[in-house]
Amino acid sequence: MDKRIAAGAYIIILVFAIFLLRLFYLQIIKGDEYKTIAESNRLRTIKVPAPRGIIYDRNNKPLVKNIPSYDISLVREETSDPETLAALCNLLGLNPTAVKGRLDSAVNPFEPVKIKENISWEEVVKVEARRLDFPGVQIDVETGREYIYGSVASHVIGYLGRLTPKQAKSPDFRDVPKSAFIGQWGLEKIYDKYLRGVAGERIIEVDATGREVRAFGEKGPVKGNDIKLTIDMDLQVIAEELLKNKAGAVVALDPNTGDILVLASAPSFDPNLFARGIKYEDWEAVVNDPKKPLLNRALQSQYPPGSTFKIITAIAGREQGKLTDETKAVCRGGLYLGSHLFKCWRKKGHGVIAFKRAIVESCDVFFYEAGRKTGIDKIADYASAFGLGEAAGINLAEEKSGIVPSTAWKYKIKKEQWYIGETFNTAIGQGYVSATPVQMARLISAVANNGKLYKLNLIHAAGAKPQVVREVNLKPETFEAVRNALAGAVAEPGGTGYMARSKLVSIAGKTGTAQVVSEKKGGKKPTGDYRDHAWFVAYAPATDPQIAMSVFVEHGGHGGTASAPIAKAVIEEYYKKRVQGAEGQRGQVTNNE
Amino acid sequence: MFDKETLKKFEWPIFVTVLILSFIGVMTIYSATRSLTGEGQQSFYLKQLFWLFIGMLCFVSLISFDYRWFIRSAYVLFVISVILLVAVIIAGKIGMGAQRWISLGPFSFQPSEIFKICFVLAISRYLADSERKDTLGLKELFQMMFAFVVLPLILILKQPDLGTGLMLLFIFSSVILTVGTRKKLIVVTIIIALVSVPFLGNIVWSGLKDYQKQRLVAFIDPKTDPQGSSYHINQSKITIGSGKIFGKGYLKGTQGPLRFLPERHTDFIFSAFAEEWGFTGGVFLFLLYLFIILRGFDTAKKARDPEGRYLALGITYMISFYFIINVGMTLGVVPVVGVPLPFMSYGGTALLSNYIAIGILINVRMRRFLLFY
Repeated sequence: MDKRIAAGAYIIILVFAIFLLRLFYLQIIKGDEYKTIAESNRLRTIKVPAPRGIIYDRNNKPLVKNIPSYDISLVREETSDPETLAALCNLLGLNPTAVKGRLDSAVNPFEPVKIKENISWEEVVKVEARRLDFPGVQIDVETGREYIYGSVASHVIGYLGRLTPKQAKSPDFRDVPKSAFIGQWGLEKIYDKYLRGVAGERIIEVDATGREVRAFGEKGPVKGNDIKLTIDMDLQVIAEELLKNKAGAVVALDPNTGDILVLASAPSFDPNLFARGIKYEDWEAVVNDPKKPLLNRALQSQYPPGSTFKIITAIAGREQGKLTDETKAVCRGGLYLGSHLFKCWRKKGHGVIAFKRAIVESCDVFFYEAGRKTGIDKIADYASAFGLGEAAGINLAEEKSGIVPSTAWKYKIKKEQWYIGETFNTAIGQGYVSATPVQMARLISAVANNGKLYKLNLIHAAGAKPQVVREVNLKPETFEAVRNALAGAVAEPGGTGYMARSKLVSIAGKTGTAQVVSEKKGGKKPTGDYRDHAWFVAYAPATDPQIAMSVFVEHGGHGGTASAPIAKAVIEEYYKKRVQGAEGQRGQVTNNE
Repeated sequence: MFDKETLKKFEWPIFVTVLILSFIGVMTIYSATRSLTGEGQQSFYLKQLFWLFIGMLCFVSLISFDYRWFIRSAYVLFVISVILLVAVIIAGKIGMGAQRWISLGPFSFQPSEIFKICFVLAISRYLADSERKDTLGLKELFQMMFAFVVLPLILILKQPDLGTGLMLLFIFSSVILTVGTRKKLIVVTIIIALVSVPFLGNIVWSGLKDYQKQRLVAFIDPKTDPQGSSYHINQSKITIGSGKIFGKGYLKGTQGPLRFLPERHTDFIFSAFAEEWGFTGGVFLFLLYLFIILRGFDTAKKARDPEGRYLALGITYMISFYFIINVGMTLGVVPVVGVPLPFMSYGGTALLSNYIAIGILINVRMRRFLLFY
């Protein structure tokens, strides 16, 4: 009997020994491993979004605001009660079945599942007020953007959007919280890394249900860098106001620095739509809009520059010694080349007309002759020198480079020889030649500043010096004569740019009309999509240029009527600001008087 | 009743060890259920202290009487406890919520806890009677099997309380194997045990609730469902393992208060203890239990009569098996069966029955020299 009792005791002792070994194995051999698991059980690292850098205009006006964006998530484990779920869905206008499906597909029952993004502040308040009724509800805050000026400059600023699944996989966004907003377009996209800043980290202790229990330490976020644009928002607003309900573009530069003062494209879109997580139908509407609001027309639409190109023809002719102030042509409303009549826009003709008035009144016949004298390849050389046919170098959207036709170009592209008639067409900016509004702005800016082509700046880098990309060396009298004529085109009676005439400031400029339909049928006034595109290039003040710009309006009809007033309005605003002593100018005001 | 002689022989070692264990239990309950958010401490540890006090009262009154008093009324007590069990089941079926009626906070009064004690009393009485008559044979074995094990087992398994059911089987066969003098008896018991394991296993398996089946499957293959049944096992191993050699320190454990560890103050209290006190604490705790158990076997050896011997054996085996099943479960070497750790797990009835059991054991030990009364 005693032996048996002892045997029982030994068996129990043996079991204890086995347990001791097991305890040794768990705590000493695998202790570190389990300790790590226990730590990862309870400690979560949460990314704290950094405040995004603000985008300012050249006068330090903020163009964007950081606003909180709220997402709502649920923890399945705590919201198993269908009635609660139904009540919550009712509050947020969601379909309970769909939400349930989302919750059930979550692998980990303690992992919060997003059920609605970008809920309104009112909804946040509603949910928070009934916090106790909704266990397992989490409201997360992300930094979103509000675009203060709405659609103004939307093509420049761009917009933020949530990380796309593709981006989420890319190493570039490794440090970005999955639900964060990042730049998806425009400068917001291009400078995303710079604006983004560095997300902070909060280490928190959570319980088994994922609820935060204690904070354990925090690494503060580093605010993103601000960006200052060269854009002058006051001018931009006016330009876009005048482009309303039109399609077109306005580009204004500081001819002494290359700063872009206005970069407008119409129609535009409201980036706030995107920032709030655009609804599918809104997105469809924007993308499929026949007016193409997402197209940046300042950079991406190339059209024949029309009579604005006569500036190049004039410069080429004078530099080649083919044109002088005294050069005359007789205009009877057209010019026959063989049996083909090349018309002047003025049916009754200009009569005998010399160099300056030919520009002032934009006489086509004079420039047919000028083109014939100068030759297409020389014209092409000067066009290229003034930046046509090459991208202006704004890395905002894919820029079109336009076309500078020449004999070599035609042979390369069409394997055909060049005809003199094509020289006629090119000389007055029709036919093959094409340019973007940015290129035209750059061209007129170089004319205004005696041939300097600056690197165009959209970003105002402190202490940066203007960079001259190329200098076109012309005889001083060439510039003088051309500029004189351009001033006349606006100021003198009979000038085509009279619509830009201003009481405040002397403006010099040139109109242009890009033909949409080459032969107007029956002399009827074309309407709508058959109307010509209107160009206007200008700078001011005429004697001491501080601003140079191009305006382009699709189907605007005559350059003089459609585009010149827009240029005038922008220039007048600019001038008023200068007179009032607006700061933020880098251009030196030189007074030649 | 008490007399000076008996009082002098009071068994301090077991009593003090049990007290130490109880206070370690209260401390661990406090730590495992403490609030980290400042939302206010749950009152589990206070309730446990209250039950500890009640347990002491029972203990004191129990050692005042000679244990033969209980042996005399063993069958009556056994019948009463069976009736209690049946009452609970019937009330539960009717939906009166009898268990809730005797609910004490989050813990419901379990008649099966009381039944365990009465079971030990009843088999001790029967075995002692047979020994005196020298008639412990196969007939008696089957009688006992039927009267004390099979019938109540069926009742208890309906509760469902897998743990208690298994305990009865273990205790019964261990006692028989320890005292059976005839070879035939031993062989038959082993055969019955071997045969009844799959047979009972089958009955048990079909009678198990889904979650219990899941637990067993999860035990065999912990990867089956990490968030379900094996979650318990995994989290328990993580909790214990993370304590390493010296533990994280008292009130420094995280798995319990953060609720990663399920049943942190009841079935898995050992894990919560091992997390804070480490391997050294674990070994210390093992030694305390081992001391009580070996002292129990010693008491059985020295008992003055068969009744005392069987009582001491039954109680010692009971404490041993509870410890083994509970700690084995937390260590992941025994399937998850919901049994409390004696003296430490939170729970009024369990603590009460533990103290009654220890009271009986000490009673036997104190009175081992008394031949006449």
